Amino acid sequence: MILISILVLGGLGLVFGLFLTFSAKKFHVERDPRIEKILEVLPMANCGGCGAPGCEPFAEGVVAGKYPVNGCVVGGQEVADKIAAILGVEAAAVVPKVAVVQCLGDRETAKRFAEYTGIKTCKALDLIGGDKGCVYGCLGLGDCVEACLFDAMYMGENGLPVVIEDKCTGCGECVRACPRGIMALVPKDAPIYLGCVSPERGKDVSDVCSRGCIGCSLCARVVPEGNITMEGYLPVIHYENVKNPEDLKPAVERCPTKTFVVRNLENVNV
Amino acid sequence: MKLLKFKGGVHPHDHKELSKSSQIMPVPAPEFVYVPLSQHTGAPSKPIVEKKAQVKKGTRLSEPVGFVSVPVHSPVSGTVMGIVPYYHPLGKKMDAIKIKVEGDEIEDGIGEERDYSNMKKEEMIEAIKMAGIVGLGGAAFPTHVKLSPPPDKPIDTVIINGAECEPYLTSDYRLMLERPDDIIKGTEIIRRILNPKRVVIGIEDNKPDAIQILREKVDGTGIEVVSLPARYPQGSEKQLIYAITGRKVPAGGLPFDVGCYVQNVGTAIAIYEALRFGKPLYERVVTITGGVNKPGNFLVPIGTPASHVIEQAGGVKGEVGKIIFGGPMMGLAQITDAVPVIKGTSGILIQLKNEVHIEDVYPCIRCSSCVDVCPMGLMPNMMEMLINAGKYEMAEKMGLMFCIECGCCSYVCPSKRPLVHTFKMGKREVLKRRKK
Ligand code: SF4
Ligand code: SF4
Ligand code: SF4
Ligand code: SF4
Repeated sequence: MILISILVLGGLGLVFGLFLTFSAKKFHVERDPRIEKILEVLPMANCGGCGAPGCEPFAEGVVAGKYPVNGCVVGGQEVADKIAAILGVEAAAVVPKVAVVQCLGDRETAKRFAEYTGIKTCKALDLIGGDKGCVYGCLGLGDCVEACLFDAMYMGENGLPVVIEDKCTGCGECVRACPRGIMALVPKDAPIYLGCVSPERGKDVSDVCSRGCIGCSLCARVVPEGNITMEGYLPVIHYENVKNPEDLKPAVERCPTKTFVVRNLENVNV
Repeated sequence: MKLLKFKGGVHPHDHKELSKSSQIMPVPAPEFVYVPLSQHTGAPSKPIVEKKAQVKKGTRLSEPVGFVSVPVHSPVSGTVMGIVPYYHPLGKKMDAIKIKVEGDEIEDGIGEERDYSNMKKEEMIEAIKMAGIVGLGGAAFPTHVKLSPPPDKPIDTVIINGAECEPYLTSDYRLMLERPDDIIKGTEIIRRILNPKRVVIGIEDNKPDAIQILREKVDGTGIEVVSLPARYPQGSEKQLIYAITGRKVPAGGLPFDVGCYVQNVGTAIAIYEALRFGKPLYERVVTITGGVNKPGNFLVPIGTPASHVIEQAGGVKGEVGKIIFGGPMMGLAQITDAVPVIKGTSGILIQLKNEVHIEDVYPCIRCSSCVDVCPMGLMPNMMEMLINAGKYEMAEKMGLMFCIECGCCSYVCPSKRPLVHTFKMGKREVLKRRKK
C-alpha cells in the first residue's frame, strides 16, 4: 500500500519535473545579459529616484535607452561609469544632488492660526489648508521623513524637517512625498538656497512669518547679473550661472528677512 | 405616490431650532470684500477689471473660461484694490478681487422688471450663465450646464430640492417660508427650459410649515410638493432622485442619465431674479449659527469675510473652537475667520472651544456600522484600510470616487476613525496619479 503511494506520487513528481524542464527550455526568453550585469552594479535601493519603479526596471530601461546612463542618483558617478562601460558608451557627468527644506517658518517664526487635531500626515493637513497663517509653508508632520528610505531625515524640535546631508542620496523621494513642494533637490555644492516658497506680496508674507521672503528683490540686485532673478515675488538662484560662490554672499548678508540658508560659504555675516 | 427609502443614512440631531425662526436679514457691506475668481466647480473665471476700476453693485468682474465656468459680479459699489491671493473656504489661497466699499450704487438696469415670457430657451440659458448662477446647495455646479443636458438624455423629471438635510442650516427653509412665490416662478422657468413631464418640490417632513405654504402656492400649476422622511443625507442628489422617482443614478453617472434634474430652492430664486430683474448672483442667504449670540439667517454680499458676518450675528459667545463653512456633516473647518462667504456657502457654524470634542482614534473593530449607513453602498472600513496602505488603485476599485463625502460613516464609527478625511485625501491622490 505504502509502496503504491510512493510510486504514484514519485511518478507524478517526475512527470511534472520533466514537463517544467521541457517548458523552461522550449519557452526560454532571451534576456539581454547586460541587464544582469547592470543589476550587479546598481545599489539595489529601489528608491525610484531615477524615475523607474525600481532598480530592475531601470536596468531594463537603460539597456533599452529609456533612461540615461547616469540616471541612478544613488549610485552617482561611480555607477554611471560602470554602466557606461557595460554598455560601451560614454557616461555624462553626474551632478550629485542633495535635498533641502525650503521653509524657515518654525514654531516661533511662523504664525499658527489653528490647532489641528486630525490625521497626522502632511497630506491630510494640506487638504484643509494647513494650520499656519502661511498656506504655502511646511506643515511639519513629516511625510518627507516617512518617505526617506535612507534615514537621511528627521523632524527637528522646531517643527521643521532636517536633512542629514551625508546620508542623503538625492533620490528625491521626499520631494515627491511633500504635498507643498517644500522639499527640493539642489546641486550638492550649492552655496546657498532660499528658505521660502511663498509667492505672495511682501506684506502678506511678513504678516504671517518673520523669515519668509518679502520679495524686495535686493538679493537679485547685489549679485552679478543672472545669478539671481526674480520670478514674481520670489528670487530664483541660477546655480549654473554662479562663477564664484563668494558672489552670492551679498545676497545672504543683505536679505532683510534672512531667508537664504547657507550651505557651503564661509565667513558670512548674517 | 409611494416614496422609496434610500439605503443607509443617519439621524443626527438637527439643531435647526437655533436659527429657524429668525427672518432673513440683510448684512450691511463690510469695509472690504474679497470676491474669489473661482467659486464654482469648473475653470476659474478670468478678471476683466483692473486695479482702481470703479464698480457698482452687480458690475461684472470676470469672464467665464470655457463652458463649465461662470463670471463673478461685484456685490458692492466701490474701488477695485487689485487681484490678490486670499483665503478661500476650500483651504489654500486663491486669486480674489479685493474691493474697497464706497457708497451704495447699483449697476444700471438691475432691479427693473422685464418681461421674459418671449425669451427663447438658449437666451434664458445664456442669461443664467452670465448672471453667474451656480447650485446654491453647496457643490456650486454652474446651473447653465445642468440646464443643457445632452440631446440624447431628455429630462422628464425636475426636482426642486428643499430637503436641507444638513443639521443646523435653515437658509433654504427661510426662503421657502418667506419667498415661496419666487421659488415657484424660478421653477416655472426651469420647466420652460427643460420641458419635463413632472416637476416636484421635495421637502423633509421636519419642515411642515414650508410644505404647507408651498402646497398652497403650487395649486393649479401642476407642480407637486412631496414630503420626504427626514433622514440625512436626504438632500443629496442621488438619494433624492431615488426617493422621488425610484431611479438609481448609475455609479459615476449624473442625474440626467436617469432623466432627472435637481436644483436647490435658492437657485430657483436666483434664476427668477436673473431673468425678471437682471440681477446677477452677488449675494446669498447664509445661516450663521452655533456659538454666536444671535443665530440667524442673513443675506450676505458674496466676498464678505466671515468675521464681519459673525459680528452681525452678535459675535461669538465665548472662545472659538471651530469655524465651519457649511454644516457639521459636510462642512469644512477653516483656519481663520478672514475667509470670505462664496456662492456655495450655505452656512457658517461656530463651535465653541468647550464644544469641540477631540476624540481618541481607536483601531477599526470591524463592526461594519459604516457599511450599514453608507448611502452609496460602499465599504468605508475597507477603503480606509487600503488608502492607509497606499493601495489607491484598489480603493478606487472599491468605489472610492463615488463617495459623496456625506460623513455618515465617520458619524457612526465607534472607533472615531477619520474616514471621510481619509477618503478626501485618497481621492486627491487618485486624481493626482491620473494626471501623471
Ligand atoms: S532626504 Fe530626500 S532625497 Fe535625500 S535620501 Fe532622503 S528621500 Fe532621498
Ligand atoms: S517638508 Fe513637506 S512633507 Fe516634509 S514635513 Fe514639511 S510639508 Fe510635510
Ligand atoms: S462619506 Fe463616503 S464612504 Fe462615508 S458614508 Fe458617505 S458616501 Fe459612504
Ligand atoms: S464603523 Fe469604524 S470600527 Fe466599525 S467597521 Fe467601520 S471603520 Fe471599523
